[in-house]
Amino acid sequence: MPKTLSAAPAPASGGPNPSPRRGRTGFTLGALSPRGMSPRTLVIVLAVITLGCIAAFMTIDLRGNLSYALTRRGIRVGAMLVVAVAVGLSTLMFQTVTANRILTPSIMGFDALYILIQTGLVFALGSSTLLTAAPSLKFGVEVALMVVFSALLYRWLFTGGTGSLHLMLLVGIVIGTLFRGFSSLLQRLMEPSEYIVLQDLFFASFNQVEPLLLGISAVVVVLVAAVVWKLRKTFDVLALGRDTAVNLGVDHRRIVTLVLVLCSILVAVSTALVGPVTFFGLLVVSLAYQVVRKFSHAALIPIVCLLGGITLIGGQLVLERVFGFATALSVIIEFAGGLLFLYLLLKGSLK
Amino acid sequence: MSAPVLSRTAAAEQVPAVAVRRSKKPSETAWLVLGTVAVLLLAVVSLFVGVSEVSLPQLLAGNAEAWDLLWISRVPRTLAVVLAGTAVAVAGLIMQLMVRNRFVEPSTVGTVESATLGILVVTVVLPAAPIMLKMGVAGVFALGGTALFLAVLGRLPARNTLLVPIVGIMLGGVIGSVTTFFAYKYDLLQTLSNWMIGDFSGVLRGRYELLWLVAALTLAGYLAADRFTVAGLGADFTTNLGMNYKAVMRLGMVLVSLISAVVVTTVGAVPFLGLIVPNIVSLLFGDNLRRAVPWTALFGAGFVLVCDIIGRTIRFPYEVPVGMVMSVLGATIFLTLLLRTRKRNA
Repeated sequence: MPKTLSAAPAPASGGPNPSPRRGRTGFTLGALSPRGMSPRTLVIVLAVITLGCIAAFMTIDLRGNLSYALTRRGIRVGAMLVVAVAVGLSTLMFQTVTANRILTPSIMGFDALYILIQTGLVFALGSSTLLTAAPSLKFGVEVALMVVFSALLYRWLFTGGTGSLHLMLLVGIVIGTLFRGFSSLLQRLMEPSEYIVLQDLFFASFNQVEPLLLGISAVVVVLVAAVVWKLRKTFDVLALGRDTAVNLGVDHRRIVTLVLVLCSILVAVSTALVGPVTFFGLLVVSLAYQVVRKFSHAALIPIVCLLGGITLIGGQLVLERVFGFATALSVIIEFAGGLLFLYLLLKGSLK
Repeated sequence: MSAPVLSRTAAAEQVPAVAVRRSKKPSETAWLVLGTVAVLLLAVVSLFVGVSEVSLPQLLAGNAEAWDLLWISRVPRTLAVVLAGTAVAVAGLIMQLMVRNRFVEPSTVGTVESATLGILVVTVVLPAAPIMLKMGVAGVFALGGTALFLAVLGRLPARNTLLVPIVGIMLGGVIGSVTTFFAYKYDLLQTLSNWMIGDFSGVLRGRYELLWLVAALTLAGYLAADRFTVAGLGADFTTNLGMNYKAVMRLGMVLVSLISAVVVTTVGAVPFLGLIVPNIVSLLFGDNLRRAVPWTALFGAGFVLVCDIIGRTIRFPYEVPVGMVMSVLGATIFLTLLLRTRKRNA
C-alpha cells in the first residue's frame, strides 16, 4: 500500500532504485515527446508559449489609437483566459469525479441549464428588471440558481446508484436537448424586444465583453481555482475510483456535491461571458492527459489552464491573422472536439 | 399429482399466447378503426385552428373566402402534418429494426443533419436549383450520413444499447458543426434555422405536394417491413433464410434517407418523433412488425397534429414552430422511457 502511494510523488533524488515506471518513460519517449519532461519544465514551457501568444495577440498589426486598441485587445485576452481556466478546470474536475475521460459538464447539459435559467428569469421578470439590476447582483442570482439546480439534478443523476455510465451520459445529453428546446420555446413566447436583450446575453462573443463582468468573473474564477488547487491531493485520491477513494477516507458524496457546485459556478461564469462551448473542455483536458505522464493534479491543474489559454488565444490569432475569419473559432473547436469525442468512444475509452 | 398440474400450466401458458393473439385480432381492428377516427377528429380540429376565421357555419353558408382559405391553406397544412408525421415515425421504426436498437432514429444518427448539409451545399453552389434537385442532393447526403453512421457502428467496441445513440448524436453534432461553419461563412445562418426546426406555417397549396412522395416511400416501407425485421437479426441469419442481406440494408437506408431528405426540405426537421412513437407502439402492442407499422403511422400523425395544434394556440395569434414543441415534449417522453429502463435494470 505505501509503495503505490509513494510512487506518485517520488522525488527525483530518491533512493537507489527510483520508480521504474518513471525511468522507462523518461528514456523511450523523452527525446521524441514532451512526456519525458518533468511537470515543472512542462509548465514553464507552456507558460512561455502562452505569454508568447498573448504578446503576439496584443501587438500584431497594432495601428491607430494605441491605448484604445490595447484596452480592447486586453479585454479580449482577459476573457479568453478566464474562459480557458473556467472550462478547463470544470472539465478536469468533472472527469475526475465521474472517473472517466469523456464526460464534460457541457455534454451533460450544464450550460444549457444556465441558458434556461437566464431565459426563465427574463421570461418571468421581464428584461427591464434584469437590465436595471446591477450586473453583479444579477450575476450572483443567476449563479446561485444554477448552483442549486445543478447540484440537485446532477447529484441525483450521479448518485442514483445504477452505475451505468452510458445511461447517465445519454440521460445527460437528452436533458441538455430538453433544456435547449425549452429555452428556445420560452424565447419564442417572449416579446421580440425582450428576446433581443436576452440574445445579447448569450452571444456576447469575445469581442463585446463588459469590463465589469469580466472583472467579477476573473475574481470568481481565481477563487474557485484556489479551492481546486487546495483540493488537488483529494482529486488524486478520487481518481483511483470511488471505492478506493472511500476506503482511503474520502467523503465521496460530499466531495461530489462540492465539485458539482464548483463546476456550476465555473460554467455559469464562462457561459455568461462568451456563450456555450460544448467540446472545448474535452479537447483541452484530453490534450493535457496526452502531454502529462504523471497523473497528479498538481501537474494537471496548471497544464490544463495553460493549454486552454494557448488553444483559445493561439487559435483566435491564427484564425484572424492567417485565415481572416472573425469569430468562428468556437465552431472549429466544436468540430475538432466532436471528432475527438467520437474517436475516444470508438477507442473504447468509455467502458 | 403435482407433475400434471405443472405441465398443464405450462401448456396453458403456451396455448393462450397463440389463442390470445387470434382472439384479440377483431378487437384490435376495432381499436385501429377507433384510432383512425381519433386522428381524423384531430385533423378536423387542426383545420379550424388559425388566425383567419374559418368556421362551419361560414362554410355551410357558402362563404367563398372561407372555402378558399380552407383549400389553399388549411387542408394542405393538415395533409402535410399527417404525411410528415406518418413518414417520419415509420422511418424511425425501420431504422430501429435495421440497427436493432430502440434508441435510434434518423435525427439521432446524423441522417437529418446530413440532409441539411446537403441542402446547404446546393443552396451555395446552385442557388436557383429546382426543389427536386435540392431534395435529390439532400437525399444523397442523407444516404452518405447514414452509411457513415452504420460504418462507425460496425467499429464500436461493444454493441452497447446506450452507446449507439450517443455515438449517433455526437456524429450528428459534428456534421451539424460543419454545416454551421459553412452557413456562417456564406451568411446563411438564418436560412439554416428554417430547416433545423420543423415548421408547417409556410405550407400552402403548391408547397407540400412533394410530401406525397413520402407517402409512397412509407408504403414501400410497410410492404418490406418483414424483411427489415429479418435483416435486424444479422447478416448470417438473413443469408441462411435465402435473403440478400446487403440489398435489404440498402433498401432500408434509401427509404430512411429519402424520407428524411424530403421532410427536411419541405417542412424542416421533426425531432424525436421517429424515436418515441415506435417505442410507445412497442410498449403497447409488442413487436409484431406488420401490426406495428399501421399503429406507428397512426400515432405519428396524431402526435404531430397535437404538437402543431399546441404550437398554433399556445401564443395565439402568433405561432410557435412545431419542431420546438416537439423537442420539448419528445425529450421529456424520451427521458421517461430511458429512466424506465433504468428502473427495470436496477
